[in-house]
Amino acid sequence: MTRQEAQADDVISAEGLCMRYHAKDVLRELSFRVRRGEAVALLGPNGAGKTTTVEILEGFRRPSAGQVRVLGASPLTAGRRWRARTGIVLQSWRDHGRWRVREFLDYQASYYRPYAGGQEPGSWAAGDLLAAVGLDGQARTPIRRLSGGQRRRLDLAVAMTGHPELLFLDEPTAGLDPQARREFHDLLAGLRRELGTTVLMTTHDLDEAGKLASRIIILAAGRIAAQGTAAELRDQIAGEDEVRWARDGQHYRRVTPDSTSFVRQLLAAGGDDISELEVRRASLEDTYLALVRQAEAQPAPVAARPEVAA
Amino acid sequence: MTSPALTPLRSGLAGGLIELRQAFSGAALGGQLLWPAATLIALFFFRHRELAGSPFTLGALMLPGTLGMFVAFGMMLMVQYLPAEREDGTLLRARATPGGIAGYLAGKLLASSLSVLVYLAVIGIPGAFITGGLHLADVSWGTLAWVLILGMAGTQLLGAALGALAPSPRSAGYVSLPLLGLTAVSGIFYPVTAMPGWLQGTAQVFPVYWLGLGMRSALLPPGAADVEIAASWRVPQTAAVLGAWALAGLIIAPLVLRRMARRESGSRVAQRRERALQKTS
Repeated sequence: MTRQEAQADDVISAEGLCMRYHAKDVLRELSFRVRRGEAVALLGPNGAGKTTTVEILEGFRRPSAGQVRVLGASPLTAGRRWRARTGIVLQSWRDHGRWRVREFLDYQASYYRPYAGGQEPGSWAAGDLLAAVGLDGQARTPIRRLSGGQRRRLDLAVAMTGHPELLFLDEPTAGLDPQARREFHDLLAGLRRELGTTVLMTTHDLDEAGKLASRIIILAAGRIAAQGTAAELRDQIAGEDEVRWARDGQHYRRVTPDSTSFVRQLLAAGGDDISELEVRRASLEDTYLALVRQAEAQPAPVAARPEVAA
Repeated sequence: MTSPALTPLRSGLAGGLIELRQAFSGAALGGQLLWPAATLIALFFFRHRELAGSPFTLGALMLPGTLGMFVAFGMMLMVQYLPAEREDGTLLRARATPGGIAGYLAGKLLASSLSVLVYLAVIGIPGAFITGGLHLADVSWGTLAWVLILGMAGTQLLGAALGALAPSPRSAGYVSLPLLGLTAVSGIFYPVTAMPGWLQGTAQVFPVYWLGLGMRSALLPPGAADVEIAASWRVPQTAAVLGAWALAGLIIAPLVLRRMARRESGSRVAQRRERALQKTS
């Protein structure tokens, strides 16, 4: 693939994004791409810069430095036609509480009517969309009476109403109970299977990222600490495996980056005396936590030092 | 009619009608009718009060003025809508929608204008019977139309700008205090000529006085102008002042609103929510 083809396939490209406010670097030279059809999760602890990154890509914020292209345009200056190709789900929306579910969905859909997402008409039939998110029974319910999970599913329906090519989700399941989370995950995964919408989401939940994303970008302290599929991440960053065994009635435990060769040596040396051998591979969660700790422990850049002194 | 340029306006206006229905139904209705009801009660008590130097009762002079006051009330509606809807994410939703901000404003202006017209009908029709001083034959419909249009445009656009500048819904509430004070000195309830000169001067800077005067000139017979400043309806001045306020609104509101919309983002909405929660807990 030539470089040009690769770019044409990019739905999102960010080059050297920096964000600084109040003399604090929120993003430091962040660069990544999202190809059409991918579902990418920005994973990281609070304050890692996930939301800032998404808001820059949504065109809601101007980066201090760096280049951004989203769907072939610069998000800050792109017009209505560009906006119609994106959908956004935020955790903090409590708007239009007095509106009825169906009424609001129809209202939002009317804004997308002149735009065509691909060959489809510019917006869904509201009834189909309500059924898809499991709210057909609540069509006449005022939005403020919905549960947290229903509200978030409605937000997803609203975001999908214009057949977006790119869907942004910022901490979409924050504050939901486990069952509502599960329902939201299944719904989103189903929509993606059916429509192939490109997704960029933020989450601080590793499990969620693993479930929904085809690729995970781990952000820590405004930088990319690692990226890849869940399996690649596990391999790429050698986590510490745990090996337990018993010998002569004594129990032993050893943490090692390479459990296979350790066990080979152990068996070669100990022979038949070894029993109760148990190897636990580093879980993705261990890997993730280790990465975040490592990234956050890195010394602050020079620019920040005078601040500390003052 | 599927022009992308007009779609947001059409959508917004349709949304405005939905919000109007919400504002005048259910539990909200009681709150909406409180002030008109209080106004009608005041008119009832002044319906026989004679006014020296005028063949008209105080109630009859007051009615058009109160209608002018309720036009200015549209400003308060806008001042309250904007910070509240910035806080709950309505504006951010509009920003995330193609043409959403234009549609949002069109809907808000329609909803508040129609609310004002509902108030005018609720007060004007029973008020005419209570005071007995309003006759359809005296009404100058042309004047009524331009006073309403200029008055509503100016007050609501400036209300939107003020609301956009207010840091929180709570602080937006304070904007209503000066407006109430202004109403008190603007000759709505009593002829402005009875006030000290400096108060008359102050009142004439702001649109509330001119709205009251314009409504009186539209609804009362010429003889009622005797108790006004210069014993005249001063129609050209009314048009000039209300026109100037409307023009100011047309220029300032888009600037302020665009600035506000540009600054809206999810993290700001979340921050404000956190702050609001901290205050209540």
